[in-house]
Amino acid sequence: MASLVGSRVERKEDKKLLTGRGKYTADVTFAHQTYAYFVRSPHARAQIKNVDTSKAEKSSGVVAVLTGKDIANDKIGGLIAGWRIKSEDGSDMKVPAHPPLASESVNYVGDHVAVVIAESLDEARNAADLVKVDYKVLKAVVKTDQAMDSENIYKDIPKNLCFDWLLGDREKVKEAFDKADKIIKIDLINNRLIPNAMEPRAANADYNPSTEEITLYTTSQNPHLARIIISAFNGVAPENKLRVIAPDVGGGFGSKIYPYAEEVVCSWASKKIERPVKWVADRTESFLSDCHGRDHVTHAELAVKNDGTFLGFKNETIANIGAYASVFATVTPTYLFGPCATGVYKMPAAYSNVKAVFTNTAPVDAYRGAGRPEATYTIETLVEKAARELGMDPAEIRMKNFPTEFPFQQTLVHSVDSGDYNAGLKKAMEVGDYKGFEKRKNESASRGKLRGIGFCSYFEACGIAPSAVVMSLGCGIGLWESAEVRFNPTGNVTVFTGSHSHGQGHDTTFAQIAADRLGVPLENIEISHGDTDKGPFGYGTYGSRSLTVGGTAIVKACDKIVAKGKKVAAKMLEVNESEVDFKDGEFIVAKSNKKKTIGEVAFACYLPGTYGEVKSPLPEGEEPGLKETSFFDPGNFSFPAGSHICEVEVDPETGNTEVVKYTAVDDFGTIINPLIVEGQVHGGLAQGIGQALYENCHYDDTGQLVTASYMDYTMPRADNFPEFNLGFTCTPATSNPLGTKGCGEAGAIAAPPAVMNAVMNAVGTEVSMPATAEKVWNACQKMNKSNSKAA
Amino acid sequence: MKTFNYHSTKDVKEATKLASSSSAFLAGGMTTLPSMKLGLASYKDIIDIKRIKKLSGIKASGKSVTIGSTTKHVEVANSKEVKKAIPSLAALAEGIGDPQVRNRGTIGGSIANNDPSADYPSACIALNATIHTNNRKISADKFFTGMFETSLKKGELIEAIEFQIPEKSCYQKYPNPASRYAIVGVYVAKHKSDVNVAVTGAKSCVYNEKSIASALLKNFSSSSLDNVKISSSGMNSDIHASADYRANMVKIFAKKAVDAC
Repeated sequence: MASLVGSRVERKEDKKLLTGRGKYTADVTFAHQTYAYFVRSPHARAQIKNVDTSKAEKSSGVVAVLTGKDIANDKIGGLIAGWRIKSEDGSDMKVPAHPPLASESVNYVGDHVAVVIAESLDEARNAADLVKVDYKVLKAVVKTDQAMDSENIYKDIPKNLCFDWLLGDREKVKEAFDKADKIIKIDLINNRLIPNAMEPRAANADYNPSTEEITLYTTSQNPHLARIIISAFNGVAPENKLRVIAPDVGGGFGSKIYPYAEEVVCSWASKKIERPVKWVADRTESFLSDCHGRDHVTHAELAVKNDGTFLGFKNETIANIGAYASVFATVTPTYLFGPCATGVYKMPAAYSNVKAVFTNTAPVDAYRGAGRPEATYTIETLVEKAARELGMDPAEIRMKNFPTEFPFQQTLVHSVDSGDYNAGLKKAMEVGDYKGFEKRKNESASRGKLRGIGFCSYFEACGIAPSAVVMSLGCGIGLWESAEVRFNPTGNVTVFTGSHSHGQGHDTTFAQIAADRLGVPLENIEISHGDTDKGPFGYGTYGSRSLTVGGTAIVKACDKIVAKGKKVAAKMLEVNESEVDFKDGEFIVAKSNKKKTIGEVAFACYLPGTYGEVKSPLPEGEEPGLKETSFFDPGNFSFPAGSHICEVEVDPETGNTEVVKYTAVDDFGTIINPLIVEGQVHGGLAQGIGQALYENCHYDDTGQLVTASYMDYTMPRADNFPEFNLGFTCTPATSNPLGTKGCGEAGAIAAPPAVMNAVMNAVGTEVSMPATAEKVWNACQKMNKSNSKAA
Repeated sequence: MKTFNYHSTKDVKEATKLASSSSAFLAGGMTTLPSMKLGLASYKDIIDIKRIKKLSGIKASGKSVTIGSTTKHVEVANSKEVKKAIPSLAALAEGIGDPQVRNRGTIGGSIANNDPSADYPSACIALNATIHTNNRKISADKFFTGMFETSLKKGELIEAIEFQIPEKSCYQKYPNPASRYAIVGVYVAKHKSDVNVAVTGAKSCVYNEKSIASALLKNFSSSSLDNVKISSSGMNSDIHASADYRANMVKIFAKKAVDAC
């Protein structure tokens, strides 16, 4: 039987999703359904003096109006920060209370003040207009780089500083810098982004007063985590009385990893009014209240020798985490960012210092790549600048500093198990026809266009994560993954995974793995995920982890099935277990060629009695049934890497910048389904190029979100992109039996520096993201002036 | 969205009779519906005019092209008559928004709304259009009176827009990358005895850039604009583009338009 691993199997889930037969949270409506509408703060920062709900309560169709006081009275806990970070001086991070409904103060536009629950959404919305909130408006703290010098938002958090974290050795870095021929310096802004999942967030909580159980449908990347947080921390219901279902989910990009105020409030309110409560965000609410991404201000320096050898690196970053510390807000700019900031290079000395600040803006949390795009943008624009200043070829300076021996102990944390960075960059130069660039540049010039080329070589640490490592670094949970493989009596298979698919194609990829391992046809395997009442506890999908961690759990569970199957087959075939081999779905005795299919064995496991001539196939002491569970905790992160080369064309008259050629060569280890992997790369590139050229979240000085709709927030579109040239190299991961490394975030990590390096190559000066037409046009004016001076 | 009464009307008389100070005509609904959904506008009566046959369609004569007010952008973009008589107008329609907008949005709706960065108002100014309403004819230069404002009276309904066929014309725009409305759009049209340079997106309302128009009247070539200076005074400034950038782009896009004429 040909292996399914590595074949371009079309996505099993697409028929459903593309024909409108998916079932999303908004599609779920219960009998006696009520509808919630949130009263949100119109101010970035204000004290709540009074909330008057009396008029709203009398409004047509209103069932209840609940406020911060009500939720506090019921002792519902606040939203949590899931990762404890310590400052350089050893002190714990400082985080403010984050009640699901505010009762004392509001701290960003969109912050939750009250909820109106009514018989219809229109009635809820109309009544929400009648809730009178008396605010004392205070001066908002908005800008990342000014937060530490502004008024304290929370009285017990001086300088609005959550933590001042250091990774690395300042002394060693100083020594390295003292020895340098040249110090390359760069100041960067990593622009704030709004995730914009296609499906807005939603929740529908249904409390059953007779069983006291809540069923919560929600748009989650991680339903098990939602359940444990809502029960253990918010205290809405015990874990055994809370079932969380994340059905089809239309994208998350990190913004749906953890529960928000709305899920907590809907669950609590459903219990209170003993009716189901449904909330679906409108697009404006998504812009205002989904956790945003990135938002760093960075100063970085690279110490180099004249021959291009790197000696040391320092990174001083201010990370804006918004008004409250969201679940992964504190790890994203620290352990997901700092270690990767030295890039894919041998770097004898390095440190990353990150100050995380609170501002009166929406919380900032993990967004596709989470910390690694920020790290890669820092080092890769710095390296390209070093090449410019040293007069070296951008490929040459990179290759000079690549490690060539693996495992490679990276400067700050990671031991990288495998890779071949030279091979990746060489292949990218080949696929992208680097040699032909000058010719293409001249051709562009003949049309009055400036053509630029930019490189990015990256590595990232994903496959999150070894529990022992992350817990020692402050994570409040382990990050292993579970799988249960269940043979049904008739021989087909249901695989339960603790990870969650919201676009990644698990129904297909995971089925390919199980089909190969068990020798069962692909169409006889169903993947089940997203329901805490089905299958074991798991940790969901983010950090390019599902295949390496969750896929491995499936492999291990399949192996247990085969091990038990061998015992049963041996009994059925009347031989010793050691004489039975398993191949392509058959248990075979080599010497006699007698065999039983895995389906026959499964059927026998479910009919273990003795009935006339039929004798139980189960060996002495073996339990009936054929179902195995496995929990996989990886020994290391996985380390995808690659080199991307971007070419842009700038119209110097208008500043309009177009990506005209893009080459991505990635090493994702073993690839299970190239079709899905290519799709993941395309999506990541769209978001990465989006960050570089188009997307930007903008708050005005009073903390009002200016880019709160698609009229002002530029989502990239298909016509913004050229055909992408993709290529792959492969050094299998050694930390999991599949050899996979993860591919979901690579595009978003590598593209921003590749694009920006190309823009800077074209116009000759530094330009900040997003490289809008006006910014690029200004850079062109500057270039013209300096050219005319030189002339 | 607040509840409202929906009326589907069969003729102009019925539609205008229903109109009041708390009503809106509905054609493509490209602005009216989102405004209602966002709670920025609410009406007692929505008067749907899409079924009024007379309001839709394209007619060309030797001198002008007349387009019914509920004619969709896609119909203008694909019209053989328009492509032949005023190709730049078909091209403008083809560049509005995205396919969804072009399949629903109408020319009458666009000019009645008079969004400062909409495309069609520039065509009206450049092509000396006459706006035919249910009770009068208004010349384009008297029609667009300010940001989202026109000389239409309450309950007055646009029936058709009549464009003068120019000798040469071209519309060029730099679209806002988010909304794809014009950050700056310049419609250059050379008529027998005059030149119009209608600019949209740059100021609070579409206008005729006389300094460029007079330079082109003397010498219809892009080089004749080299020494023209466009002041940024009165230009829009927002997160997408500063007034200075817009001022520069007015000239750049006028040149592009002249070169492409």
